[in-house]
Amino acid sequence: MSVIQLIFLITAVITLGAAIMVVAARNLVHAALWLILTLFGVAVMFGLLSAPFFAVVQVVIYIGAISILMIFAIMLTRRGLLDSGSQFNKGWWVAGLLSLLSFTALVWMLSTWEGFHTPLPELSRDTDFVAALGAQLVNPGGYVLPFEVASILLLAALIGAVVVAWEKKA
Amino acid sequence: MIPLSYFLVFAAALFSIGLYGVLARKNAVAILMGVELILNAVLVNVLAFWRYRTPDKLDGQAFAVMVFAVAAAEVAVGLALFISIYRRRNTIAADEIDLLKW
Repeated sequence: MSVIQLIFLITAVITLGAAIMVVAARNLVHAALWLILTLFGVAVMFGLLSAPFFAVVQVVIYIGAISILMIFAIMLTRRGLLDSGSQFNKGWWVAGLLSLLSFTALVWMLSTWEGFHTPLPELSRDTDFVAALGAQLVNPGGYVLPFEVASILLLAALIGAVVVAWEKKA
Repeated sequence: MIPLSYFLVFAAALFSIGLYGVLARKNAVAILMGVELILNAVLVNVLAFWRYRTPDKLDGQAFAVMVFAVAAAEVAVGLALFISIYRRRNTIAADEIDLLKW
């Protein structure tokens, strides 16, 4: 077992354990903190996939923005939160069975695919993926249209979130 | 060397854990956390397929950028909705938000 495999396995175990704590923790603030650990583990995975730009974006957007937003929402909806009683539905065991089923089905389906054990291809050393991605995102023959649509979506989400959460003074 | 299968199994496990969170949790914010786990599994898959199958093209990376943007928009609107619902109905439990239930 090589060093890189060892790093992968340790990261995977920590990430999946933290993910299980996210869905199992009774206290929602603890769940949010476990979520931050999970997102960090996924950022390490992006690093292992030689996508360092996405590792940084993961830390900035997911850990820096989304999880802080989550913690804010948890604290704003704190009063009368289900601190007592079960945090789970009556049908939680059905959910557990379904997610186990989906995991087995996914792994079985993927293992029947001939590309399942694709070895790691060599990257050409001289490509700068961040620069190439930036050029491709504003290239009229590339991804400029999806890029602009994504920016309009973000603007609409920004305005929509403000309108929805606006407290009307009676 | 790590083969592609490691990343695919990891992403499948992350997806299934997120699915359990979405289906089993009562609190709406916790459901949104499950959705975040699922979107992260999708991102791992997208980038793994890019790295192992088409490392010469940038389509996989551009796809991942779009997933990031949509995830950020989804969380902003979702949390605003939950805060608004909490103000009006004083609850955040998904099974008590049943105004549209027939």
